[in-house]
Amino acid sequence: MNKLLSIKNLNKVYYSKKDEIEAIKDITFDIYEGEFVSIVGPSGCGKSTLLNILTNMDTKTKGTIELNKNLKLGYMLQSDSMLPWRKVIDNALLGLEIKKEKNTENIQYVRGLFKKYGLSNFLEKCPNELSGGMRQRVALIRTLALKPDILILDEPFSKLDYQSRLKVSDDVYKIIKEEGKTALMVTHDLAEAISISDRVIVLSDRPCEIKNIYKIRREKNGSPIENRKDKNFAYYYDLIWKDLAYHDERAS
Amino acid sequence: MTKEHLNYLKKIRREKIIVITFQILILAGFLIMWELLSKYKIINPFIFSSPSKVIETIKNLYLNYNLIGHILTTLYETLIAFILGITLSFIIAIILYEFKILNKIIDPYLTMLNSLPKVALGPLIIIIAGANTKSIIVMALLINLIVGIMSIYNGFNNIDKDLIKLFKTFNASRLDILLKLTIPASYKTIISSLKLNISMTLIGVIMGEFLVSQSGLGYLIIYGTQVFNLDMVMSGIVILIIISFVLYKIITYIEKKLLK
Ligand SMILES: Nc1ncnc2c1ncn2[C@@H]1O[C@H](COP(=O)(O)OP(=O)(O)O)[C@@H](O)[C@H]1O
Ligand SMILES: [Mg+2]
Repeated sequence: MNKLLSIKNLNKVYYSKKDEIEAIKDITFDIYEGEFVSIVGPSGCGKSTLLNILTNMDTKTKGTIELNKNLKLGYMLQSDSMLPWRKVIDNALLGLEIKKEKNTENIQYVRGLFKKYGLSNFLEKCPNELSGGMRQRVALIRTLALKPDILILDEPFSKLDYQSRLKVSDDVYKIIKEEGKTALMVTHDLAEAISISDRVIVLSDRPCEIKNIYKIRREKNGSPIENRKDKNFAYYYDLIWKDLAYHDERAS
Repeated sequence: MTKEHLNYLKKIRREKIIVITFQILILAGFLIMWELLSKYKIINPFIFSSPSKVIETIKNLYLNYNLIGHILTTLYETLIAFILGITLSFIIAIILYEFKILNKIIDPYLTMLNSLPKVALGPLIIIIAGANTKSIIVMALLINLIVGIMSIYNGFNNIDKDLIKLFKTFNASRLDILLKLTIPASYKTIISSLKLNISMTLIGVIMGEFLVSQSGLGYLIIYGTQVFNLDMVMSGIVILIIISFVLYKIITYIEKKLLK
């Protein structure tokens, strides 16, 4: 398999007036083409920091990040914030506009995505007329508009209620697979991670270190909702649960 | 429409009628009291004038003292100072927001300037800008700028941090963020700071007219005081109240239109 992204011995320390906060400690892993990788870990352990560093929004303290050739990363933030004064379509085109790539071809591509994923009726609407799940899908399209090779997602479903969460994670998974993207997703929901990914990286408390990396084997790969019924699901759930619970005990 | 809905609408209408009726009653009561107290010399009619005398004086001012001209002067100065004030506040707020370090540096000076009673600078302004309209505009700017800058700057600061982060994920330049996020996002704040700004501007203009002018409502009031014509002073104040009320209503109306 083709290695796209390689992270070696990554470290991150934040400095404040009073002290140093070690956020990331010696993280090493690779991402391969076409994979869906999830990162789980306790909240505040440094997951967002890791993604920020990967996407050049923050600086690393030590370590190396190797990106294969000129691959493009697309970062979908935890919040689905949109500019309320712009129509939905113009929000989705924001990235293209900023990168000065808003040409007819790309606009057609974005409109195509809206159509494909059942959002055509909302192109000309205001963002606040959309439901949470729709906003999330528009946010994904906004990221896809720039045609990234690897998608980086930070807790994309955390603001949704349980019902729409299952549905939207199915939709988002479908979109990512159909567009043939590689994805790295952060979540704190174990079930979500296990049902959606090929591999799950489990992080420890802050400063986060890699606790375990699980390759998820299933009898048959399906959509995330179907994968929840797989017979290995409970097995992985249990393993990862124990990985994370260990830290809870230590903390209390 | 259901009966309940009709009842609800009726209730709202009834409340509105009550409010307006009482507002009119209070105004009428005030005017009648004023007239009577003055007529029977319970208050000094020479100092406090009376509604009938005010109306008479206004008529006289209109016929013999170019009242319309004075009103137009004040309105003209207010408009200029208001537009200049908004524009400058906007530009200065952008500079302070974009260059945070500059903001930190001048912060104590701004605080000092803000706490200084601006009218104390009056004589200085006259010497620098001359005893003319320029001084009046400068005076008004001194008063409306600080409020304007602060409200617009606060608007900038309250912009959703997630949106700023979103722009950064697209590698947006500072200019991009300014033009596509900061400025459009502060539209509402700017519009809703207009009301406060127009009041401040009027205060500044009248203060300026007290100090230097040859015309305008502030001048009329000061002139009335100097010649001990207190009917004229009172008339000036009454007209001023009406003007500030009308300006306020106009701005409220514009605000409603723009924020729709
Ligand atoms: N810019 C920053 N400056 C200082 N500390 C930070 C900064 N960003 C994050 N941190 C700290 O780093 C730790 C990890 O944060 P984060 O990566 O957001 O955690 P999460 O795993 O919940 O996404 C937290 O303790 C947070 O307080
Ligand atoms: Mg986070």
